[in-house]
Amino acid sequence: MKDTGLVKIDLIFEKIDVKELLIKAFKMSDEAIVQEVITSGLKGRGGAGFPTGLKWKFAAFEKEQEKYVVCNADEGEPGTFKDREILERVPEKVYAGMAIAGKAIGAKVGIIYLRDEYRYMLPELQSLLDEFHKSIKEIGYDFTLEYRLGSGAYICGEESALFESIEGKRGEPRNKPPFPTVNGVFGKPTVINNVETLVTALMVVKIGGAEYSKMGTPDSPGSKVFSVSGDTPNPGIYELEMGMTVQKFVDEFGDGDTKAVQVGGAAGFCVPRKRFADTIIGFEGVPTGGSMKLFNSTRSMYNVLHNYLDFFVEESCGQCTPCRVGCQQLLKGISLVKKGEIKATYLNDLSKLAETMRLASKCGLGQSVGNAFNSIVDNFREEIVY
Amino acid sequence: MYQLGNLVQELSDKYGRDRASLMPILQCIVKKHNYLTDEAMVEVAKELDLSAAEVYGTASFYSFLDTEERGRFVIRVCRTISCSMKGKEDIMQTLEDLLKIEVGDTTADKQFTLLETNCIGWCHKAPAMLINDMPYTELTEDKVIEIIKEYMQK
Amino acid sequence: MVTLKINNKEVSVPKGATILDAARKLDIHIPVLCHHEDLCVAGNCRVCVVEQKGSMALVASCARPAEEGMDIMTNTMRVRSARRHIVELLLAEHRSDCTKCHRNMNCELQKVANDYSIGEHIFLDLVEDHDYFVDRSSPSFIKDDSKCIRCQRCVRTCEQLQYVSAIAVAHKGAEQKISSFHDRPMSHVVCTNCGQCVNRCPTAALVEKTYIDQVWDAIYDPNTHVVVQTAPAVRVALGEALGLDAGARVTGKMVAALKQMGIDSVLDTDFTADLTIMEEGTELLVRLKKALVDGDKEISLPMFTSCSPGWIKFIEHRYPKYLPNLSTCKSPQQMFGALAKTFYADKRKLDPAKVVSVSIMPCTAKKFEADRPEMRSSGYKDVDFVLTTRELGMMIKQAGINFDTLEEARYDSIMGDSTGAAVIFGATGGVMEAALRTAYEIVTGREVPFENLNIKPVRGLEGVKEASVKIEGCVDDWKFLEGAELKVAIAHGLTNADKVMKAVRDGKAEYHFVEIMACPGGCIGGGGQPIPTNQEIRQLRVDAIYEEDEQMVLRKSHENPEVIAIYKEFLGEPNGHKAHELLHTHYVEREAY
Repeated sequence: MKDTGLVKIDLIFEKIDVKELLIKAFKMSDEAIVQEVITSGLKGRGGAGFPTGLKWKFAAFEKEQEKYVVCNADEGEPGTFKDREILERVPEKVYAGMAIAGKAIGAKVGIIYLRDEYRYMLPELQSLLDEFHKSIKEIGYDFTLEYRLGSGAYICGEESALFESIEGKRGEPRNKPPFPTVNGVFGKPTVINNVETLVTALMVVKIGGAEYSKMGTPDSPGSKVFSVSGDTPNPGIYELEMGMTVQKFVDEFGDGDTKAVQVGGAAGFCVPRKRFADTIIGFEGVPTGGSMKLFNSTRSMYNVLHNYLDFFVEESCGQCTPCRVGCQQLLKGISLVKKGEIKATYLNDLSKLAETMRLASKCGLGQSVGNAFNSIVDNFREEIVY
Repeated sequence: MYQLGNLVQELSDKYGRDRASLMPILQCIVKKHNYLTDEAMVEVAKELDLSAAEVYGTASFYSFLDTEERGRFVIRVCRTISCSMKGKEDIMQTLEDLLKIEVGDTTADKQFTLLETNCIGWCHKAPAMLINDMPYTELTEDKVIEIIKEYMQK
Repeated sequence: MVTLKINNKEVSVPKGATILDAARKLDIHIPVLCHHEDLCVAGNCRVCVVEQKGSMALVASCARPAEEGMDIMTNTMRVRSARRHIVELLLAEHRSDCTKCHRNMNCELQKVANDYSIGEHIFLDLVEDHDYFVDRSSPSFIKDDSKCIRCQRCVRTCEQLQYVSAIAVAHKGAEQKISSFHDRPMSHVVCTNCGQCVNRCPTAALVEKTYIDQVWDAIYDPNTHVVVQTAPAVRVALGEALGLDAGARVTGKMVAALKQMGIDSVLDTDFTADLTIMEEGTELLVRLKKALVDGDKEISLPMFTSCSPGWIKFIEHRYPKYLPNLSTCKSPQQMFGALAKTFYADKRKLDPAKVVSVSIMPCTAKKFEADRPEMRSSGYKDVDFVLTTRELGMMIKQAGINFDTLEEARYDSIMGDSTGAAVIFGATGGVMEAALRTAYEIVTGREVPFENLNIKPVRGLEGVKEASVKIEGCVDDWKFLEGAELKVAIAHGLTNADKVMKAVRDGKAEYHFVEIMACPGGCIGGGGQPIPTNQEIRQLRVDAIYEEDEQMVLRKSHENPEVIAIYKEFLGEPNGHKAHELLHTHYVEREAY
């Protein structure tokens, strides 16, 4: 196990000459761009971690004339706010990343799906986008971007639900396959990447895939932006090399009394103190879209779990049985166990239910509710029961 | 209730009349009037050749596309984990006392509606809330009182 | 073709087929709830999950296309456990009052629960946490949200088959539900009452509003005279409700059963179907004459049929501009009702106030139609109670009748005679064919130029059918039609109806006469027909309808002796004054949204 330690990086927020980088990128062949991203080993920074280069390659392979690049700016995972920071501080890098993705796959149009909670940024973002359109025209490249807004639905962060929303429908995830690279928004081949992924890909093109992959671990190459919150003296945004242990993270950000870290938000995993030292933050350990929440000993993990389940009961799209009804069952179940109205052993039935939700739900939301549930119930059972 | 006028036709002219225009049109109506009346949804259905039930079904999916009457200023207090840990309950209590309404309600003068919402992406500056589009963070009871008083002047 | 393995057995299916299709080919049963052959894939209920070797998660077999080399297992421990959980979850949200339920013993959820032997619930009851609502506002059906399992079959039916979308999925998460526009009563939205959703609902979330008790009361009442009419499509489907194979023709048994139940007079809607042809055929010819000869610009063409009350409500909501194009003829049910309390009561020397007129229909919209204020031309409610095929099936069971061994009986008289032209009203294209058989003969004095009177181009389950008939050798009265080409179209299912309406509206189609039935396949696929109904079953019922026609002695409406007699004795001329008073109606514009 490689522990990279806690290494601060400045890649995402680094101010660069975007126009110069685009000129360089547009001189590269499409295949060369895709290859750089593949070489970098970059995996999607939204949380699911699909290899970005591969995604681009699949979309590039499709013969359709009409293709899309979609930027997923529907950041809604509890505890995540890094995409907002990125859009606030370096939006031109997001636009440039989309343009490069567009070139790599042969798309002339990009859509940025921005959550309604971030609408306050739109006037500024739109005027910067107008400037970007001007500058890309000067370079002589044909690519246009537009904003589409969400309207308060966590599930629209799921890629196919996001497409449905752009198409004017309820944000209900689709059956997969077909995957977005074949059948994405408006039924066309689509590359959909998270805000941070697009900026990272841009920086990969700048510094080279091989250089990028020197950071991090073989399973989790590179660096990533973490949103740190909860019981910490230093909440905020930090770009760190991938592959540190939770212990190293807690050493830096903890308040000296950290009993658990929720890695990956409500859909992520709860790591208890006893596992800090041997748990890597990354795809070989606990993956995260960036949400890192610290809990100290004053917190009740029952309340934490209750809060997460409240969230899911409301934010499940409701179409598939395991997720819609399962979330309600888990919430009602822990509440009644806590009140002592049903036996504590009922938690075992609920753990099995969480497993069914993981196996049988239609999309990533339902599949990941069990992560938080089981990792909290397994490690803090006494707090649920008493 | 508000006067709809030609708003839906204008928006349909601007965004087009295919299904993909539904969200922008509904969002613009809500941006302007804070909620969707039945009349507005029927008008949208007419313009886009959809059934009114489909428009309602879509609108009701999205928390920010309210189909019940809302005030001029819609306050959405984040209730998700960080804000909950950092005193969201106190903030809510302050707002309820100040506006003399309970969460979910609208003031009699139709100026304020008080709601809860899920994570709005300000966990490091919790507790946080939105008033219409504007986020307010690192809230304290005093700060809330100050903010609301300012809105009361508007 | 792709080849895959299911439970270690190899199977090849066409590209695009699902794992479920492949399993069915191997005769491996996989339970389904949201899946329906008539509808697009949903993949919502998840009860059909199977295990795919090499895949971390289970896959929904109804939604997953089969791929070359797939290795699928349908009965592993993980599959079994997941399915059991899923069924239990559905039961937790569902008001399981099975023994008191309209769909008891005919419920797909109950069946799956039974297969998985769900005994004591593991999970907590959530019904009490939901504010479920029961909507009884429609005269045709009841919508009970506490029985709903959110499979969305009804929503897909209303959208894809009927292009109505009176209901849609609303809200999200735990609050998600199937809703009309802002939860308005179903009686106050664009719903056509067609009942296609009722026919596809796997539970009792959507059921017909039943009038069984009222009909029994009328039967038991010694002071009433109960007259029953049976629609053409019922006789080829009722058997399914009583354990017989799809497509069984049970006309005689049905009549016998009704008589055993104590109905005073068992008569046939087919009689008024023949009458409809006389009225509607004449109306068409008159419209053609006024338009072609007199150059009357007021005459609206094409003329649309008016037999299907779901279609009538659809056009009233969606295309009110075209109401003048609708034939003014009442449907056969309502013509029968008007005559039952006038002509029939008179002939039988009955007090019309004591006649209880009951119809057996393949249709839920007929319940609405019978309630329309226009339908009281006898001075009473022309049709008192409308029962669906399913309700009749239930009554026959309640009466303790062994349907299978019943000796066949004949319809009573008067108003019990019919022709083959009337019976084919039950299938899409049937009204058109019947009309052509009569109209062509009126105009030319000869039979329609199709072998054995079978007008094949208007038959079949294609969504929109078009045909044209060249009119040659006209008799003197109709010389103006000499050489004319009569252009007709037939649509079934309101999605197809809408296509025709848009074509007409946009001037892209020039028809003289259009037959439209609200339900897929026509009345044989009606919302009141036995459950399940799907393409295969519709085809079998259609085949049975045409067999019924072929074995009739008389096959043209104008040859029905009772029809000839009623004009002579009572009605006078087709489209005459009396006919207009009793057999024709008018329509109302309704809100489009």
